[in-house]
Amino acid sequence: MSTFVLLTITGLGLGALYFLIASGLSLIYGLMGVLNFAHGAFITFGAYAAWWITSQVETSSELELLVATAFGLAVGAALGMLVELVFIRPLYRRPVEQVLVTVGLALALGALVYGIWGPDPKLFPDRPGEVVALPSWMIDTTTIAGANIPNDRFVEIAVAAVVLVGLTAFLRFTRIGLIIRAGVENRAMVTALGIDVRKAFTFVFAVGVALAALAGVLSGVYFGTVDPARGTSLLIFAFIVVVIGGFGSIGGSAVAAVAVGLVQQYANYYAADWLDWSGAGDVAVMLLLASVLLLRPEGLSPKVAH
Amino acid sequence: MRVKPLVIPVVLLAILAVVPLLSLDIPRVLPGALDSPGTLQLLALCLVFAGVALSYDLLFGFTGLLSFGHALYFALGVYLPAIALTEWGWSLPAALALLAVSAIAVPLVLGAVSLRVTGIAFAMVTLAFAQAGNVIVQTNPGGLTGGDEGIILDYDRIPDALVGIVNTKNLYWLALAYAALVFVIARAAIGSSAGHVWSAIRENERRVEVLGLRPYPYKLLSFVLASFLAAWGGFIWLLLIGVTPEVTTATFTLTLLVMVVLGGAGTRFGALVGGFFYTLLDYRLRNLAGEERIQELPDVLRIPLSEPLFLLGALFVAVVFFVPGGLASLPRRIRSLGARRRARAEESAA
Repeated sequence: MSTFVLLTITGLGLGALYFLIASGLSLIYGLMGVLNFAHGAFITFGAYAAWWITSQVETSSELELLVATAFGLAVGAALGMLVELVFIRPLYRRPVEQVLVTVGLALALGALVYGIWGPDPKLFPDRPGEVVALPSWMIDTTTIAGANIPNDRFVEIAVAAVVLVGLTAFLRFTRIGLIIRAGVENRAMVTALGIDVRKAFTFVFAVGVALAALAGVLSGVYFGTVDPARGTSLLIFAFIVVVIGGFGSIGGSAVAAVAVGLVQQYANYYAADWLDWSGAGDVAVMLLLASVLLLRPEGLSPKVAH
Repeated sequence: MRVKPLVIPVVLLAILAVVPLLSLDIPRVLPGALDSPGTLQLLALCLVFAGVALSYDLLFGFTGLLSFGHALYFALGVYLPAIALTEWGWSLPAALALLAVSAIAVPLVLGAVSLRVTGIAFAMVTLAFAQAGNVIVQTNPGGLTGGDEGIILDYDRIPDALVGIVNTKNLYWLALAYAALVFVIARAAIGSSAGHVWSAIRENERRVEVLGLRPYPYKLLSFVLASFLAAWGGFIWLLLIGVTPEVTTATFTLTLLVMVVLGGAGTRFGALVGGFFYTLLDYRLRNLAGEERIQELPDVLRIPLSEPLFLLGALFVAVVFFVPGGLASLPRRIRSLGARRRARAEESAA
């Protein structure tokens, strides 16, 4: 039982990361029709930007994490806005080229991070001379139903929950949220009504990339390190979440992210034990995707931003 | 003019076939004389990627299917014969027979599932399957795939003519034969009635349905054929380079996409040219990164210049923006530029 609880909460923590990545991807695709392949590079870049700022300041571990999160979000939003204006906007009528440009950006930005910070993972946040850089209360465990759960899992779940509630409220109660929801439903109609939907594009892209950067920072908390390959590996699971959850749906992304995180953790433990093979968790997620596609090709929810 | 389509490839094939017999030196482009093993290996690699890029173009350029999982089938051609030869001790013909069967069966099953969705969802699903392949290879189930280390091929089971540095020229010819064969098969497939349906699907899938054809089996055919051809490229890579888990990564599929788009998707020679020159450029940029004059530059210039993938990614973005048809569109662009200039000259003369 205690193992099951531990797996469940760890799975939820992983699902929280997937949700942060997938919600941005899903909104960007739902509104703009752009599959953002550079999202993985943005995750990595955000994580390294956050790591860099912690190497510049020297204060308590908690404060460094807060500074890192704020800085990561700001860098992500600025980068997203820049990329949208310079690379995506000129190609609005050429959807395939938009994907190709994000592929080129993914390769170039990924290689740049690799070139600047090197191939080895770095302890996060940067605290020279310390074996464990995260605040000690995050490493400590809380006992729930006999399971000792590292406290950082609750941080990831809480951040994702706040983002989920915030995004949903934002989409429902603000004017720009209304435009985004309408744009996901029918972009041509919104444009025909005289609303400049391009502003919403830039906005959504910036928010999506900021969330990717936030996921990068939180992955630093989850794994205790930042790693140049992390973005790409997280992105693939986020893609699966988006397909299962349905494009443009925040709620669908949340449900699918939880499902993917849990399946991965359970299979990693139970099936890996039984098959004596450590890849079982990842492959179980691919099987989940295949079965969802066979049963419901359109994903769990229809294409509506809610 | 009727014979022209045949003349260019035949002449090109003849020139490429005599390359290992020449001791010409092309400084700055190739590492040594044309007949040196180093150069021949590089050129063989270029030819393998010319073929693999063309196989990918069958899907992307000619059928309009954006797959992010093509590396999986290439990797199948690398890993399956290596495992059969080394781990199971099979003979080469038996291993190749297994590859031939698997290179049809695996894409048939995975393609049947992934083609249930279209467009971007299809791209993501193919990516997920390829990633499953990557996970399987990396986690080394039952010690079969060797994880990060790959597999040391049992060369006793490969004919002597294909082993060793002195025989690099034979591998080169094998790679050339592969590229030529892919070209012939791809041309035949594109010219067939199924090929016409592929281009109709690329232009407007809904219209194909309205005309009373089911696009699904045609797309599956394109998927299986492209994957089958890529798998054989994997086998030649196995002979040339050996087994590395790098061929299963998503980045590897993305480089195939970059090759095709650089060369010009959906054109007669675009993918071939793109695959060839991308591989050559990648090699040159890797060497450039190690050069002293680059290493001495300040960080702002040194870091981007020592990452080939950064430069290739940036070049790719530039091509997408400024040369949408890729390298294959250059002759036409130059011609139309010349025509425009002539027209302007005539105008000003008049």
